[in-house]
Formats: sequence, structure tokens, C-alpha cells
Amino acid sequence: MPVESLFPRLEALLPKVQKPIQYVGGELNSTVKSWDETTVRWALMYPDAYEVGLPNQGVQILYEILNEMPETLAERTYAVWPDLEALMRAEGVPQFTVDAHRPVRAFDVFGISFSTELGYTNMLTALDLAGIPLEAADRGEDDPIVLAGGHAAFNPEPIADFLDAAVLGDGEQVAIAITEVIREWKAEGSPGGRDELLMRLAESGGVYVPKFYDVDYHADGRIQRVAPNRSGVPWRVHKHTVMDLDEWPYPKKPLVPLAETVHERFSVEIFRGCTRGCRFCQAGMITRPVRERSITTIGDMVDAGVRASGFNEVGLLSLSSADHSEIGEVAKGLADRYEGTNTSLSLPSTRVDAFNIDLANEFSRNGRRSGLTFAPEGGSERMRKVINKMVTEEDLIRTVSTAYSQGWRQVKLYFMCGLPTEEDVDVLGIADLARKVIKAGREASGSRDVRCTVSIGGFVPKPHTPFQWAAQASHEVVDHRLKALKDALRGDKEYGRAIGLRYHDGKPSIVEGLLSRGDRRVGKVIRAVWEDGGRFDGWSEHFSYQRWMDAAAKADLDVDWYTTREREENEVLPWDHLDAGLDREWLWQDWRDAVNDVEVEDCRWTPCYDCGVCPTMGTEIQIGPTGKKLLPLTVV
Amino acid sequence: MPVAQRLRVRYAKRGRLRFTSHRDISRAVERAVRRADVPVAFSAGFSPHPRISYVGAAAPTGVASEAEYLEISVTRRCDPELLRAALDTSLPPGLDVLAVVEATEGSLADRLECSAWEIRLPKADSALAVAAVEGFNAAERVDVERLTKKGLRRFDAREAVLSLEVVEGTETTAGQASSQPCVILRMVVRHATPAVRPDDVLTGLRLVAGFAPPVPPEVTRLAQGPLDVGTGEPADPFGLDREVTRGGETEPVGGHVGGDL
Repeated sequence: MPVESLFPRLEALLPKVQKPIQYVGGELNSTVKSWDETTVRWALMYPDAYEVGLPNQGVQILYEILNEMPETLAERTYAVWPDLEALMRAEGVPQFTVDAHRPVRAFDVFGISFSTELGYTNMLTALDLAGIPLEAADRGEDDPIVLAGGHAAFNPEPIADFLDAAVLGDGEQVAIAITEVIREWKAEGSPGGRDELLMRLAESGGVYVPKFYDVDYHADGRIQRVAPNRSGVPWRVHKHTVMDLDEWPYPKKPLVPLAETVHERFSVEIFRGCTRGCRFCQAGMITRPVRERSITTIGDMVDAGVRASGFNEVGLLSLSSADHSEIGEVAKGLADRYEGTNTSLSLPSTRVDAFNIDLANEFSRNGRRSGLTFAPEGGSERMRKVINKMVTEEDLIRTVSTAYSQGWRQVKLYFMCGLPTEEDVDVLGIADLARKVIKAGREASGSRDVRCTVSIGGFVPKPHTPFQWAAQASHEVVDHRLKALKDALRGDKEYGRAIGLRYHDGKPSIVEGLLSRGDRRVGKVIRAVWEDGGRFDGWSEHFSYQRWMDAAAKADLDVDWYTTREREENEVLPWDHLDAGLDREWLWQDWRDAVNDVEVEDCRWTPCYDCGVCPTMGTEIQIGPTGKKLLPLTVV
Repeated sequence: MPVAQRLRVRYAKRGRLRFTSHRDISRAVERAVRRADVPVAFSAGFSPHPRISYVGAAAPTGVASEAEYLEISVTRRCDPELLRAALDTSLPPGLDVLAVVEATEGSLADRLECSAWEIRLPKADSALAVAAVEGFNAAERVDVERLTKKGLRRFDAREAVLSLEVVEGTETTAGQASSQPCVILRMVVRHATPAVRPDDVLTGLRLVAGFAPPVPPEVTRLAQGPLDVGTGEPADPFGLDREVTRGGETEPVGGHVGGDL
């Protein structure tokens, strides 16, 4: 069946919307394949605006891998802004892909990558615009399989009613596997309809199909059990782990947008996973073990990516990039290669460590010397022990002194507010730290012209972390502590003006908390918020706390019960049947250790402490050093 | 490194790429220059920038153009035609490099005195359009308002319009894919401050004769250049550069108008 381009109809709407270029596609390195010559077709969505979604690595990787497969096609779609949404509704233009402007409903799979729970309402907009029934139970044979992935998919229960399926973990191999299951099923003439297809996916053990599981509740609202409701469906669904990143060097051909996006750079993931063990960090818990990409593959990817894109900035991504076993050689090798080319290198996510100043100096050789960013996360020594962020005040002061003495003028510090066991004094400790940083900076640089920016995020307890049992701090508590911190800094005549403070109020974190640790009963709140006009919840100008609270009240759902309530050890959690590999007993022990200020080391350099991931998943730590070096690029 | 040569580039934005903003184009050109290995010169200082400057007022977002101009400084002499081909290959289809010449004396900006525009008005009534154009041409001045970055401004849209006419035909331009019959306006507008843009003229037609197009107009800049008083059209602004570098050989002026390169 031929599928026509929606572009002529969309084109008539574009003169009336903001930033129309984001909807026209045609990015460098994008792919348009023939509809009729392919058998399995994916529409991939990042459920936020194009400017945020386009640079997303996960979507770019899957897009490239799927399009490399014969008879397989993948196109991208993003959340449209409310101005275009209104016009599309008025003119009957459905949700479209930006590649060939095909209607999303015509695809076999509608895959949505959730980095954050705040994209849930945007998924509903896209489904509705696409003409796909919002609830999986209402979908028919002509509707795509709606599939969620990304970190938020480790607890997809709040959106279980809207999903046909979800996958946990690395997407590269499972996307290919799903494609083959669908191809085979279609080749057989789609026997048994979409139910049989979902059953085949569920039986594989690597795809979660929510409707094949029933949830029973206790009278007090806690979950009694989650169990498969038909035979052949596994009790637990496991995450996926790619074991050799050198075999998966994607993206090879990065998408280069015409529209301006939030990350204008070529990014290479230098390793996946992190075992630093920060207890608040869901990413660090669910992506274990650490798997490094080798220095030579990194060099090859940067070379090819810069050539293919024309980007003048390279980002070396990971959860803690300075921890790569050969990061010094990588930094030096790349800085040498790109000397004099106005190509700058950046290293997000660095720890408080003087070694990182050397790296930063190396990286700023070819470009701008902007600010340095460190993340002590906790304002007091005790707090940092609770969250297992093993940084002493001494480390921090020594590190920033080195930075200021070597010519850096601006240091940015990240903290969290609302952490478990936190008291006012822990947050006020942030002000003390910031003062000491400026004092040390003035001494080290011999100048009063040094600055420090303190950025504070609200802590949200996440599934599959030791803090999954913790009570989230109420927004009143968070706001009270932030105000006390602000007053302390504002009242400081000696240092206050050298310290910038950036934070948000505590309310959005409560909604994020509800969605993060919610169960299937939260779904009707999401739907009600969306029906009431909720869109783009990650954007402060669109987010409405009141709308969420009103919808929860109307659905008779107690938000506090989901957020500020501490859970018991034996309570069945909504995501217990989804396996990130972490041993539940170890997680509980780590939670107890947190409360008792007991720290745990990184298993890369100390003996295994049995978090459970490697034996459960059949994986192992993959780190260097390889001993290899980057050679100069030869000019062709 | 010192600048060895300055090159002047004429490029088009066509089709769906007409929705690029000026900033989008400037990023795309910077990246294309890098991919094409053009030895572009960089500014000195804390934050070095490639020395690419955009000449004249850019066609607004949503408006196609056959005649946008930029100048690029390079540290090694380049063959203009090779540079044109390399840059064109590196830019996405729809941002097309039409001509490159080596810069000679004089400022290119000073030569961009006027623009020729085409406004296609699908589904518009031809007789009403003719009447509106007559009314506009007969008026002494036509004051219009437009929201600019500096707020709402009121200015005369009539004086800068050197010619405005309804032309026959339903052919499509290179940049646009529409085959339905439509009213086509063609005009030559002198560059002034504040700039009188095609949408200002459309506003003027509405004010003068109540003429309003039923669907969004498709606008294309056909040419920019020094005003040729003989024809009343913009001449090729590269004419002088070509004359100098080719030793007196000149290009036919009319050949570039209409964007059929």
C-alpha cells in the first residue's frame, strides 16, 4: 500500500508557526528509504521538541542501525509545538516523520525513547495526532506496536496502559531482534494478529508486554503481586547489555540539523555504565557494568564524525568521562590531532579531581576556555557519605585552587537538595563550600575576579537505586532550604557577589517523583493532565503543578503516598518484575549503608561487592588500558 | 594566517529550505566550509570565528531566494569555480551555490541597491489583484505597520517600490513546487531603511484595495544588484568583479535574473 508524503499539506501550515525549519527534515546524513522496498518500518520518537530531540544519541544510533538493515526503514518524529499542533488538528494533518513526512500510524513500530518521565504527555499528543488510540487495549490490526525504551522505561508502569511493549537497556541488539521477529511474523501472513506478535516478543524474554501481566493490590493500596496472566510469559523481563562497544561504533554519520539544537557538537560515547556507586544516580545503577570503547575506536569515530558533520566541537560522553582508563591519552591524542583547526573538545560529567584540570587544559588548547564544572552533589561531608559521592572538602578546594591558579576564572558546582536524611545544615553547607571556593580562588589567582556558580537540582528517588525506598522531600521542605541558602549567600558581603545561585522551586520534582515511582494507577492522572492541555512538562513555561495536582485529586490518587512516603523492605515495588540485574538484597543493604554514612568503593579498582549485575546478566567489566596511542591523522 | 583572497558567493535557498532562518544558514555554511576543507580565515581573539560575512539584508524566513550573497576570506588562493562546486556539494540540497567570483575593489554591499521579487498567490482573484496593484501604483504613499525587533514601526511602503505588476502564467519557479493556477506579482524594490519587504507591499495592497490572499503567499527573491536605469531591473552585482578578473569580458546582465542557473 503506497504511503503518501504529508509534506504538501504540512507546507501550507509552516508559514504560520515558529521555527518552521524544525519540521522539514532534510538534515545532512538523514536517510529516506523506499517504503515499498522495505518490510519492517520503525517510526522513532524523542518525545520533546526537535531542538532537544534531534541531538539525542539513542535515537540517532537506532536510526542508523535500523536503516543499515536490508528491507528495514526507520524515520524520526518529534513533539510538535502547540502552535503547529493546533493547526494540524484544524486541518486534519496527522503526526508525521520529518524524514519523508509519512504518517506515523502507517509504520509497524512506533518506538519512543524516554530519557525522562516528563515526556509522557507528549507521547499522548503524538499518539492522538497520529490517529492511534491512546490505550493499547483499543488498538487494532492497523495500528503500530507502541514501544517504549530509554531510562524511564525501567519503570514503564505509569504508562503501561498506553504501551504495547517496553524494552530495558541498550537498544542496539534488541532493536534488530525485534525487527526480525516482526519480519518473520509478517512473512507468515501475520498469523494471530497483533496479539500473537506481542506474544512472540514477550516469549523472547527481552520485551515487556504490560498487558500480559496482572497487578493485584492490598486493601491499603500497596501492590500485592505482579504476575503473568498467560503461560509462556516470563515472570521477570531482563535488561539488554551490549558487550563490545567497539563492535557498535555508532553514530557513524551524525545527523546535522539546519535548525538550532541544544547540543551543536559531535558526541562519542567513550564508555557505557558507571560503578562509582552514587546512590541517587539511576543511570549509574541500571547501565552496569562499565564497558569502555577503546582509544583507537574513539579516535576513528571522532575522525569520521567530524569529517561527516563539519561540527567544530567534539563531546566525549559517558556518565563520568574522566574515568576512562586512557582518558589522558585520548585527550592528548585528540588535542594533538586537532591543533590549529579550531575544533574544540569537551568533557561533560567530570568528577572533583585535580587530574581533570590537566584534562581541561589539554582540551582547551584548541578552543575556548570556558568554565569548569564539578559535581560534589552534597553540601556537607556527611551528606556526601550518604549519597556515596566520595569527595572531601579538601579535594574540592585543592582542585578549584589548581583551576583558578591555571587561569580558569569560573567554576560551576552542582548540588542536590532534598536528599535522604538531609537537614537544613547540610544545604547551608553549600554556602560554606562556595565561600571557601572563592576564598581559595582569590588566593590562588591573586585576583578578586573569580566566580563560582552553584546550581541546585531537586532530588527525585528513582527505581532500581538504593533510594527507591526513600521518602522524597516535600516541595515545602525543599523550598524552605533553598530560601535559607539564598539568604545566607545574599547576606554575605565578602563573598556573596562572587557566587551565583541557580535553582528551581521544588514542585516539578514532586511530579517527576510521582511519575518515576508510580504504578499503573498513575496512568489515568497522566491522561487527565493531557486532556486538560498538559504538554511539554519538562519546560517551565508549559509545566503546571496545579494541573497535575488537580488531576490527581480528581482521580482520588494520593500524591504524597507515591512521593513522600518511605517504603518498607518487603513492599512489592511496581518495577520489581523488571530486572536491571541489581540484587534486591544488595540494594536494600546499600540503602541501609547510606543511612549509616557507610561508603562503598568502585568495583573497577576494588573487589566485587556483589551488586548482582554481572552474574545475572552474564556480563563483565570491560576496561583498558590497551596501551595504544592515537597517531596523527594523515592528510589524504 | 593572513587573508590571501576574498571570494564573493551567490547562493539560493529553495523549496523546503526556504524555512531556514538567517542563523540556520550561517551555521550550515560554517559546517559546509569545514566539510569541504575550504581554507577559511579565522578572526583573531578569544573566540575565533570563520571570516564569512553576509552581504545585504537576508531574505526572511519562509521566503525563497535565488540571490543571496556572502563573502568568504581564505588563507590560500582558491579557484572560484572549484570552490563553488565544493561548497555546493557540502551544503544540503536546497541551499545551492550559484556563482563564486574573486572580490575586486569596492564594496559588494554598496552594489546591492535593489531586489526583484516574485510573489505567487495561489487561489487569489486575478481581477482583484490587478485593481489592487493599480491602486497601489497610483498612490503617493502607503503607510504600513510591521512588528520589528524594535517594536511596531510605521513607514511608507510605496516610495521604495520601483515597479509592481501582475504577470501572466502559472509556471513554477525553480524553488517552488506548485502547479495550480495563481496570481503572480512581480516587483522591484529599492533597498531602504526600514527595508520594505514583500509582506509590507502585500499589507499595502490590503490597505489600498482590501486585497487579501486566501492562502499564504509564496515569495521568492529573484535577483539583487545595482539598479539598471535602462531596464528598471537589478543588474548582476558580480559584473564588475568579472570584468576585472577576466580582463574586460562582461556577462549579459539579464541572464541571471529569474534564477534559472
